[in-house]
Amino acid sequence: MPYNPALVAPMRAEMTRMGAKELMSAAEVDAAIGDQKGSMLVFVNSVCGCAAGNARPALSLALKHSVLPQHVVTVFAGQDLDAAARARQYFGDYQPSSPSIALLRDGEVVHFIHRHQIEGRVPQAIAADLAAAFDRFFGAAV
Amino acid sequence: MSGHVFHPGHAELHGITVVLETNGPLTYVGRYDSEDEHGVHMLDVGVHDAAAGDGSKDEYVRKSAKFGIRSNHKHLVVPAAVVAKITRLGSMA
Repeated sequence: MPYNPALVAPMRAEMTRMGAKELMSAAEVDAAIGDQKGSMLVFVNSVCGCAAGNARPALSLALKHSVLPQHVVTVFAGQDLDAAARARQYFGDYQPSSPSIALLRDGEVVHFIHRHQIEGRVPQAIAADLAAAFDRFFGAAV
Repeated sequence: MSGHVFHPGHAELHGITVVLETNGPLTYVGRYDSEDEHGVHMLDVGVHDAAAGDGSKDEYVRKSAKFGIRSNHKHLVVPAAVVAKITRLGSMA
């Protein structure tokens, strides 16, 4: 059951402040990810304080890196249920977890950061992993 | 909404995704919730049964680390008497 919208509003705002586009329905997910060309980051947001509370600032830090995905979108697990379920259909073999971060190139997942790779880590460490992944998968030589 | 969030009153591993190895054929991967007189409570748990021809435990853990947990139990209690080792999945990736 979704949380009170007032509770999650600051978590949504944290994402949109850093430039992520919120996808709140399956149709919005299809429009953004289906037939997508180029590079994209999909952030699966979550109310989980111990993981998402570090993942969001980690992404904010990583988005200051010199190499970036062309598009940054977000769905809210446990809140926008249809949108999150549809986004996960694009993640192939990667099992649902939240928070999580998928990097896509031309619609295919090239890198995935699960919740267990976020838990207990400081935002700076997660951001460093993300920046390295941006270089590897979205860098000019790719 | 950002930064470290601690859980006063909870176990250190509360909310952390762990690999729970038993002294039998079963290995569990899921979120550690708590421990009480019934055992270790885990959430969103996948189970590997070495006796059921599921392949090696190490391969199961490796795939869980890379692709995530194929959860088939929302909540599961592992009796404390069979728990051999609990490790963070994130440290095994």
